[in-house]
Amino acid sequence: MTALIFIIFAGIAVFCGINLVVQTHPIASALSLIGVMGSLAVLYLQLGGEFIAAAQVIVYAGAIMVLFVFVIMLLNAGAEATTFQVSRFVKYFGVLLLAAFLGLISFIIQGALPKTEGVVFGAYTGTALDVGRKLFTSYLLPFEVTSILILIAIVGAIVLARKEI
Amino acid sequence: MPANPLNSPVPLNWYLILSAILFALGVAGFIFRRNIITVFMSIELMLNAVNLSFIAFSYQFRQVDGHIYSFFVMVVAAAEAAVGLAIILTVFKNRATLMIDEVNSMKY
Amino acid sequence: MSILENFYIISLIKVAIVAFILLTTLAYLQWIERKVIAHVQLRVGPYRVGPHGLLQPLADVVKLITKEGLMPSHVNKLFYLLAPFVAVTLALISIAVIPFGPEISIGPVRTWMQLTDLRIGVLFVLAVSSIGVYGVALGGWASNNKYSLLGGLRSSAQMISYELPLGLAVAAPLLLANTLSFREMVNYQSGYWLGFIPRWNVIPEILGFIVFMIAGFAETNRVPFDLPEAENELVAGFHTEYSSMTFAAFFMAEYANMVTVTAVATLLFLGGWQPLFPEPYSDVIPILVFLLGGLVSLYHGMNPARRKDKFTLPAAGLVFLGIAAIFALSVVAPPLQDTLKPILLALFWFCGKILVLLFIFIWVRATLPRFRYDQLMRFAWTGLFPLSMVNLLVTSLVVALTSK
Repeated sequence: MTALIFIIFAGIAVFCGINLVVQTHPIASALSLIGVMGSLAVLYLQLGGEFIAAAQVIVYAGAIMVLFVFVIMLLNAGAEATTFQVSRFVKYFGVLLLAAFLGLISFIIQGALPKTEGVVFGAYTGTALDVGRKLFTSYLLPFEVTSILILIAIVGAIVLARKEI
Repeated sequence: MPANPLNSPVPLNWYLILSAILFALGVAGFIFRRNIITVFMSIELMLNAVNLSFIAFSYQFRQVDGHIYSFFVMVVAAAEAAVGLAIILTVFKNRATLMIDEVNSMKY
Repeated sequence: MSILENFYIISLIKVAIVAFILLTTLAYLQWIERKVIAHVQLRVGPYRVGPHGLLQPLADVVKLITKEGLMPSHVNKLFYLLAPFVAVTLALISIAVIPFGPEISIGPVRTWMQLTDLRIGVLFVLAVSSIGVYGVALGGWASNNKYSLLGGLRSSAQMISYELPLGLAVAAPLLLANTLSFREMVNYQSGYWLGFIPRWNVIPEILGFIVFMIAGFAETNRVPFDLPEAENELVAGFHTEYSSMTFAAFFMAEYANMVTVTAVATLLFLGGWQPLFPEPYSDVIPILVFLLGGLVSLYHGMNPARRKDKFTLPAAGLVFLGIAAIFALSVVAPPLQDTLKPILLALFWFCGKILVLLFIFIWVRATLPRFRYDQLMRFAWTGLFPLSMVNLLVTSLVVALTSK
């Protein structure tokens, strides 16, 4: 089950990533990015990061991407016009060749890498308890600094985006 | 059924390779796209790829620090998205275009 | 181990039961809403289709299915069809982590009355409601119509603005119970102070409960926060261009969101399926409630105001008396007591609390006028958000000072 879930969701992530880069309309790119974030959340769950998976969906896919989608809808961004023409042969066959080349390279490199352990679902879980404990004891200074950073970002965004009278 | 290949544990290298592929796709989008919002979304894709690396290594060392770094990356990405989109809105208001090729002179 | 004790088979059976009950409840929730609003406005509501309009949801479903499904020509077809699908799927998924009762055993099978108990159950519900914003935003944008776009944008801005007080109001009972899973949250609220006051979270967290309910009104786009879908303001807002099944999908998503918000409020604040009084005395309450309902229906059935009620009111009375008899049997008769009593009592208390909260939702819809959009946003950011922060601060101060 572990390998099956990994293959399915990694495939969805790569497909959505390619879709993000290839699509002309920004809304399609935004939805592909949400697809990437969702499948990455499943992979985080598999690696035992249950709190981070929930935080990814709540913060990243549910708030930051909503901001992107708002701006795209407000600015009425249209589809981009492509300026350079490539032949169909280059587009399809070239991509296939590129993928085969990269696959061969990564296979060779992976053979030379040290063998890492296998990921088994449930072997390690970073519960909210662990994250919270570490966050408020060892990483207290970055936590406070990040909250000031968010405050600066809020003030900056409001100042930049308000109507000048 | 441990003999089933679909049930076997997944080597951690595969997660790192996936992270590298997503990062490379993010860089490609950042370089080749002209719409400023798509460029910004490629940056978010790069940040997500890095998050996956953090969580994978956190699993390997059985420590929760990787999750915390990933959490901070998410928070900083949120702040950056807010300010970046406000800047995009201002540029759109002043230059009436979203293509980065056309915002190429300081004086309008 | 027989085939029935297999985990997957049990889960499939539970999914089938919960899905069937949830979908029927959504249809009849619309009936309840129309009847309650009608009676508040001194009229009758749906009355003709079945006895007292009970078959009205069926007639509505038939109408919506057989209506012509228009797809306007200038819409973006993929997103136009994706938006109601996303809205309905996410609205129905949250029911997977809601516990309806304690651990029960039917024959050789021991299982929990919950589809799955995630360790991060509360975060799961918050995550699903965060993604539910996309159903509305995409629906508004894909319709290629400036009123729908405005309605969709306003609705999604409202939903994400009210998610913040919702999350902070949820965080306060989590601090008290020290867990993120719903089952342990309900177990924390068992027991009684002074022997008869239930240990529900609403008693220390009354401000949090009120903030949660108000934010829940705004999250589900209900009155007084329903400007984005109001019929006389924005030409029905973001679902202007949708017809027949897709419109039904948005409607179903709204009612499912209402059920989810009230279920989460019950679990976090009102003690879930814990009874109001200590156990031996509170067993008679369902029996008394249904007995009262049956006797009132039979009394009114004796000289009814309308001729049709000569048959329907006594029939309803007999149904209520039958349910009271089932409860009495499950309490008194020993062979049924172990298996049936925990299920029925937990279901009665849980569904009773949810129905009370849903009645408050419908009551508010019949009574209050709606907010203007800027009043709505100002209320979220300058009213509810500081209030929920103060609630969280006081709760965390008390927890920090009283724990070792």
